[in-house]
Amino acid sequence: MVPLSWYVALSSLLFLIGLVGVLIRRNIVIVLLCIEIMLNAVNINFVAFSKYQHVIDAQIFVFFVITVAAAEVAIGLGIIIALFRLKETINIDEFNILKL
Amino acid sequence: MSFSAVNILGTMPEIYLTFFGCVLLILETIVPKEKRSWLGYFTILALVFAMIASIGLNGKGLPLYSGLYIIDPFSNFFKITIYVGAIITVLFSLPYLEQEDIHHGEYYAFILFSVVGMMVMVSAGDLITLFLGIELMSLCFYVLVGLKRESHRAVEASFKYFLLGAFSAAIFLFGISFLYGASGTETISGLAAFISNPGSLKPIVIAGMILTLVGFTFKVSAVPFHMWTPDVYEGAPTVVTGFMAAASKIAAFAVFLRVFWVAFSGNRHEWDILIVLISILSMAVGNVVALLQTNIKRMLAYSSIGHAGYALMALLLPNRESLFALLFYVFAYMFMTLGAFGIVLMMRKKGVEGEEISDFVGLHKRHPLAAFMMLIFMFSLAGIPPFGGFLAKFYIFYAVVHAGYVWLAVVGIIFAAIGAYYYLKVVMAMYMREPEESVEVHMTPMGKIGLALTAGTTLILGIYPAPFVEYIKSSLALFVP
Repeated sequence: MVPLSWYVALSSLLFLIGLVGVLIRRNIVIVLLCIEIMLNAVNINFVAFSKYQHVIDAQIFVFFVITVAAAEVAIGLGIIIALFRLKETINIDEFNILKL
Repeated sequence: MSFSAVNILGTMPEIYLTFFGCVLLILETIVPKEKRSWLGYFTILALVFAMIASIGLNGKGLPLYSGLYIIDPFSNFFKITIYVGAIITVLFSLPYLEQEDIHHGEYYAFILFSVVGMMVMVSAGDLITLFLGIELMSLCFYVLVGLKRESHRAVEASFKYFLLGAFSAAIFLFGISFLYGASGTETISGLAAFISNPGSLKPIVIAGMILTLVGFTFKVSAVPFHMWTPDVYEGAPTVVTGFMAAASKIAAFAVFLRVFWVAFSGNRHEWDILIVLISILSMAVGNVVALLQTNIKRMLAYSSIGHAGYALMALLLPNRESLFALLFYVFAYMFMTLGAFGIVLMMRKKGVEGEEISDFVGLHKRHPLAAFMMLIFMFSLAGIPPFGGFLAKFYIFYAVVHAGYVWLAVVGIIFAAIGAYYYLKVVMAMYMREPEESVEVHMTPMGKIGLALTAGTTLILGIYPAPFVEYIKSSLALFVP
């Protein structure tokens, strides 16, 4: 059997890839995908822990996370389309009307 | 898990509101455009109905759905506060949406669904329920912020809020997965039992606690995860800003409190230094940066960051005093913030919103009533007696001193003194200078009722707080650790 630490290492690596992607990529669709990678890293974690703890409830949690991620993408893409109609670009650096 | 009648009855308010939200979505297609305000009255009716149901359930202290959901006086206090906030928001939005030409029927449905999200948050007995509540609330707010689809600012604010919100949700979930991995449970009571074991402090638990702290800090908009607040508050329609600043923040504080005081209270020495740090940084950044703002919505956004800092100080010691102080603080904060945004959204300048501080110059001459209301809210936010904000700050500092953090109270009072400057700047502009531009205040009967409710409660909280104090004390009877 694959030891638990391998799963945690995999999920942490995926989470970091997503995190760095959100911070450095400038294309908003890629940024959205990076957030999805982060959420899926969490799912791997839940399933692995649930298997090793012999408790099933985290696997149910995974379904909720997948559902919420789908809803989030639906709304996110809607916002991105509204934004693209106004600005005709998907580069994050162009969205700077509100000063940071 | 059993679906007995007790469970269904206990969650009746949530079921009502979800049902009414769906009914609103259908009614929106039937009701003609001129009659849209009826949807608003219907929303208020639904909220009042849910409030009656919640009051009927008060004092039960029931764990429902095998502990996934908790109905106790603590959660009922927050629910009733949130209903009142939502009702006031709808009162303000009736004329405002008409003027801004964004009177879509789904607005009211989203308000109701986000209220359901907040109710699930404050009643959550399990991290799954908690996460679903947070997401339900946030998803509604992403849409509400971008309600003005043809405005660059609104859509950009909505996008920034969405991106950072989803990002923080992922971090929060990663934290939950670590906590689950260490303890094998996701219920708050199970986590509390696990963490109170002396041997439980493995790095994985610490990592989980810090990551969940990041998620909560984002939701209450405390430094260092506050960057979204000014942008979103400025870009969103002002009614939505008011609702976000008041109700969503209160719900976030409720879950923050429940998770950190019930689940993590076993090893508070591991995290109380982080809370001290976040609280000082929030007060510093919020109050100092607010001095430089010219847009009143941005100023109020930084002020809300500062207020999160004050409220967080009460999380340090788990006793009745600081719990009471925090509840009183969020209660007073909701009324004064909603009221301040209520005045801002009534200011009109040549058909658009007057949201610069310079638009308030000489308001006293043109509209004494609005100026006086704004004075009440500004004094209350600054913590000047005899308004509710003063007593709220007083209780917080009293609890902090009692907990042995005298130096922290001193730091807080210094920042409160700095903060008073920018609130008084608005009052000075209204009362001491002559009017220049033609800014009008558009007051409608509905808006007047909303203002009367907020200003009246702010005043009564300062002059005769006894009934509210009694109510808050009774609502934390079952909670104290």
